Amino acid sequence: MFEMHEMTVRFSIGDALRDASLRIAPGDRLGIVGESGSGKSMLAACLMGMVPQSATLSGRLTIDGTDMTHAAEDLWQTIRARRAAMIFQEPMSALNPLRRVGDTVAEPMRVHLGLGKAQARARVQALFEEVGIPDPSARLRMFPHELSGGQRQRVLIALALACDPELLIADEPTTALDANVALKITDLLVHLSQSRNMALVFISHDLAAVARATTEIAVMYGGDIVERGPTAAVLGTPAHPYTQGLLAARPDPRAMPREADGSRRRLPTIPGSVPPLQAMAKGCRFTGRCAVERSECASVKPVPTGPRHTTCHALLHEETP
Amino acid sequence: MKQLPANFIIGAVLVAFVVGVAALSLIWTPHDPTDLNIRAKFGAPSHVNWLGTDQLGRDLVSQLMAAARNSMTVALVAVLLGGSIGVALGLLASAIGGWVEDIVMRLADLGFAFPALLFAIMLAAVFGPSLTNAVLAIAFINIPIFARVARASGNQIWTREYVLAARAAGMNKFTITLDHILPNIAAAVIVQATIEFAVAILAEAALSYLGLGAQPPASSWGRMLSEAQTLMYLAPELAIYPGLCIVTAVLGFGLLGDGLRDMTDPRLARAR
Repeated sequence: MFEMHEMTVRFSIGDALRDASLRIAPGDRLGIVGESGSGKSMLAACLMGMVPQSATLSGRLTIDGTDMTHAAEDLWQTIRARRAAMIFQEPMSALNPLRRVGDTVAEPMRVHLGLGKAQARARVQALFEEVGIPDPSARLRMFPHELSGGQRQRVLIALALACDPELLIADEPTTALDANVALKITDLLVHLSQSRNMALVFISHDLAAVARATTEIAVMYGGDIVERGPTAAVLGTPAHPYTQGLLAARPDPRAMPREADGSRRRLPTIPGSVPPLQAMAKGCRFTGRCAVERSECASVKPVPTGPRHTTCHALLHEETP
Repeated sequence: MKQLPANFIIGAVLVAFVVGVAALSLIWTPHDPTDLNIRAKFGAPSHVNWLGTDQLGRDLVSQLMAAARNSMTVALVAVLLGGSIGVALGLLASAIGGWVEDIVMRLADLGFAFPALLFAIMLAAVFGPSLTNAVLAIAFINIPIFARVARASGNQIWTREYVLAARAAGMNKFTITLDHILPNIAAAVIVQATIEFAVAILAEAALSYLGLGAQPPASSWGRMLSEAQTLMYLAPELAIYPGLCIVTAVLGFGLLGDGLRDMTDPRLARAR
């Protein structure tokens, strides 16, 4: 059980993550969506104890009740791979070009589990089979450049599974892949999560992939979790103006008929862009781009309200709790 | 098959020649390089003494061959010693960062600022001139060079995503350094080592020329040069041959190093 309570990651130029609260139980499949710079990866780094040294952490992060907020690096090294593992966006650059992929995957087993060469090899082979790499005994002797992008991502998934983690964090695992390969990888991650009762944190800006992969979702903007809840509910009836904007900005060829005069309807967008960290508003960080903005939005940070912990002043005033 | 760069080919041929001759001298030289024959001094080239004899009647070819061996040994030991210490320090700096990195790199700056020759003279003054001290002096000047190369390329590798993946797999910095950083900076280190090998040959010749390196009767190109200096008008070839040997060896390793750099530098590879 990974629990985060009001975690804040503060850099000298601003907060990359603000008061993030989450609870991840075994088997949970949590999606995290948001634009670039919304703090998705920082949230993942928190869960892995890999926040840059220049940041100050506040709030509380516990793993099975043990406080890990300010844990030392060597304590985190016992958590990584064994409790929480991670896969990355670029399967090409996430593998050492000079090592056989089998050796890369075997390394955490040998270091953390103390397996011998033969044992580790057998386990790597079994893992390769589990993640759907054909002819594993031949593949584990190959170098990364000899594998396709999808195969490399499967190798990285095998690496993450090396020590049977309870939590797998997938940081944009499908962004660099072809659409059909991405779909297969997404389904593989869901399958692994179910068969191993392993929690999955699926970080993506691809709403379709998140909808497919997850049961819970957290929407992030500018370092805030603006809304979280069951995936179907959040994507079906988005509460926060940002989530609404994000969903409206999604191109859907079937739902986008031409106008009566034959012209294409413009895809709605969220006006403006994410301001840099140092220029973020003190209050709600969506200030300036929001359609239902109120006078207090810029200065007062909205309190998470309702079943979805939505942080929005407009909503607070609309529906009296 | 990619076309090998010309400097690599020329360098490889010269190095193969010099190293081959040095290796051959271990088992065979035409004559004993230290064998004096005062009656045959300043002998002209003949079928017995291919390049003639020196002022003490020693066979020149044999001396040059033995000197090649000494020169290679000094350069090899010095570069290996200085290189491994330097690379270790550079990797340490790169892995730990912070004040450790600052201290190591400032010490490297200090090492750079200190003239090698001065250091060799200092060693000679304290411990007496010897080949060992020459090796130590040359090794010493190599430490900061390799420390810088290892740290600079190491820092680059530390930012790679596969290092992040290794960290996410719970590897400590030591394991990451050995398994991921070192293999990926090896190319840069080998290129530097080849170039430093050329510098070390030159440094050994210079130190021996000044009498701070190989002591008689050990053969050395530098010492042969200094002995021939006073006889320049009488027998200029005594200076020319060791000079040519130094040029060949230095040029060979220098070109080989440049060629290797051209081959391993991806930016140059793409331009080709």
